[in-house]
Amino acid sequence: MTTKGDGVTDGGGEDTPADAAGAVDAAGAVDAQGGPLVRLDGVSKHYGNVRALEGVTLEVHAGEISCVLGDNGAGKSTLIKIIAGLHRHDAGSFRIEGEETTLGSPREALDRGIATVYQDLAVVPLMPVWRNFFLGSEPTRGKGPFRRLDVPFMRATTHAELRRMGIDLRDVDQPIGTLSGGERQCVAIARAVYFGAKVLVLDEPTAALGVKQSGVVLKYVAAARDAGLGVVLITHNPHHAYLVGDRFVLLKRGVMAGSHTRDEITLDELTRQMAGGSELDDLRHELERAPAPAHLGGRATKSA
Amino acid sequence: MTATAPAPAPAPGADGADGTDERLLGRSPLRKLLGRPELGSVVGAIAVFVFFAFAADSFVRGSSLSTVLYASSTIGIMAVPVALLMIGGEFDLSAGVLVTSSALISSMFSYQMTANVWVGVGVSLLVTLAIGAFNGFMLTRTRLPSFIITLGTYLMLTGMNLGFTQLIDGTVSTKSIADMDGFDSARALFASRFTLGGVGFRITILWWLALVVVATWILLRTRAGNWIFAAGGSRDAARAVGVPVARTKIGLYMGVALGAWIVGQHLLFSYDAVQSGEGVGNELIYIIAAVIGGCLITGGYGSAVGSAIGALIFGMTSKGIVFAEWDPDWFKFFLGAMLLLATLLNAWVRKRAEATA
Repeated sequence: MTTKGDGVTDGGGEDTPADAAGAVDAAGAVDAQGGPLVRLDGVSKHYGNVRALEGVTLEVHAGEISCVLGDNGAGKSTLIKIIAGLHRHDAGSFRIEGEETTLGSPREALDRGIATVYQDLAVVPLMPVWRNFFLGSEPTRGKGPFRRLDVPFMRATTHAELRRMGIDLRDVDQPIGTLSGGERQCVAIARAVYFGAKVLVLDEPTAALGVKQSGVVLKYVAAARDAGLGVVLITHNPHHAYLVGDRFVLLKRGVMAGSHTRDEITLDELTRQMAGGSELDDLRHELERAPAPAHLGGRATKSA
Repeated sequence: MTATAPAPAPAPGADGADGTDERLLGRSPLRKLLGRPELGSVVGAIAVFVFFAFAADSFVRGSSLSTVLYASSTIGIMAVPVALLMIGGEFDLSAGVLVTSSALISSMFSYQMTANVWVGVGVSLLVTLAIGAFNGFMLTRTRLPSFIITLGTYLMLTGMNLGFTQLIDGTVSTKSIADMDGFDSARALFASRFTLGGVGFRITILWWLALVVVATWILLRTRAGNWIFAAGGSRDAARAVGVPVARTKIGLYMGVALGAWIVGQHLLFSYDAVQSGEGVGNELIYIIAAVIGGCLITGGYGSAVGSAIGALIFGMTSKGIVFAEWDPDWFKFFLGAMLLLATLLNAWVRKRAEATA
């Protein structure tokens, strides 16, 4: 599973362009211990004249969790779409295990070992759990016109794999839409782990979940990391990110606002930066001082 | 597959033994039955049968049943691929006139170009499949709704059917090909009769049954079937896990074209000439049969068997009204009522299936 520093990766490290706008390159120090599974350098993406992403640098190592933090519209979705193969990047370099790549389709990304679990589109709600689990990579047996799904194997494996991750399913035949949001995320993660993904990209896995369910999902994220996968965790919740993350990349309006390893930053600082840093202070200032207008029952204009 | 821990013995029945049984109480055999897409249509088919059995004495005779099955089969052959297409999340409004196009191509090519009808039949298959592929290709490339794309093909084909027939034959129907080489063998394949228990049946019934079996096999037991459900249930989720959604949809449109070819050849070889204005409006009948059979109009749910039962309800109703000697005008009313009931039932099923815990 691990890819210890091979020649290709080292070569990749040398010609890294340092033109990434404002990118804090925390990579150099880590290259020695093993090449990153995925490395983005100054990656940009434009939609027409809209700059969705500009000069983003990100590393994903085996057995580590790289968190991408940002507010709505910060470019998080664009970033994962590039990694997942849904969009092609316009500029910068995208390396998988040291090899320069442009992914043309999600299938290609999967074949390269990158599995993505989306917040809303992880599963097809009306299909049974076992069909969802193997969707896109269905095992078959038999030959020619009698090549068919290996249904008993699919059912049994789904049941076993989910139980291994601690999901005790009533019935693998139930439509996956009847599972809770957290369970659906976990099924998707279990699926990625089972199919031998090297890199797991999670899009806001805890966004729509309650505290307890979020905890369950984060536990599986950590389990995937311990299994040796490199994890990209996209979130706007710094508390969740700091619980499991090893590196943190902050995005703001399409550009990088910071890049830190865990030992460089505290939760408070991460939260502050995530919330907009000094902007948050200004906002607090305004909220405290702003007198309520008269029509809302305040006394702001009474004296006037 | 990749090497995994040894899987436990596949024993669905044994799953309940490991502490999950108390939650399984909610899924009794009755509930499992209620979860089948065909349920509504089976109940409807039985009701329609009983109704006409009492309303018309001649309805339960062997020859009447043969007539009913024949009427059902010509709809059913198309309803099967249309149902698959709907499960895959799309419509095909051109399906009705495509049947006529297929028959016209076969007839006119044979008559004008060669002396053997089999050449025309082969050319017709290729052209019809190409039209299906065109529908699918346009849909996946433009990402326009299939309603618009196939409405366009529907109108174009309607015009071409009339226009080309007028241009080549000078009338609204093709010339008879009954005296050409290969007509008898082609008729044997597409439009012959066989006798079973003293009652004569049309061969389209066999085509229909074969298609239902093949389509059910594809849907439930092949990778392509899994992809059809996924493409219709959630296109983006399917694409994200690597399902070739575009390829699947193009394949589904070509399936509809294949059905249109079979029915088209049947029409041609049972009458030896084709009326160029036929087929308009039939596309809705196929869709209605599929919907009555439990296909969700939004895709992702349904079955081939259901579409067959939907077609059977169609055949029983259209012929039953004749046997009962009623005004055939009531046929449409009856159909509309069936459609509404079926759709309400489907909506209820979907709500139950998608309800999150």
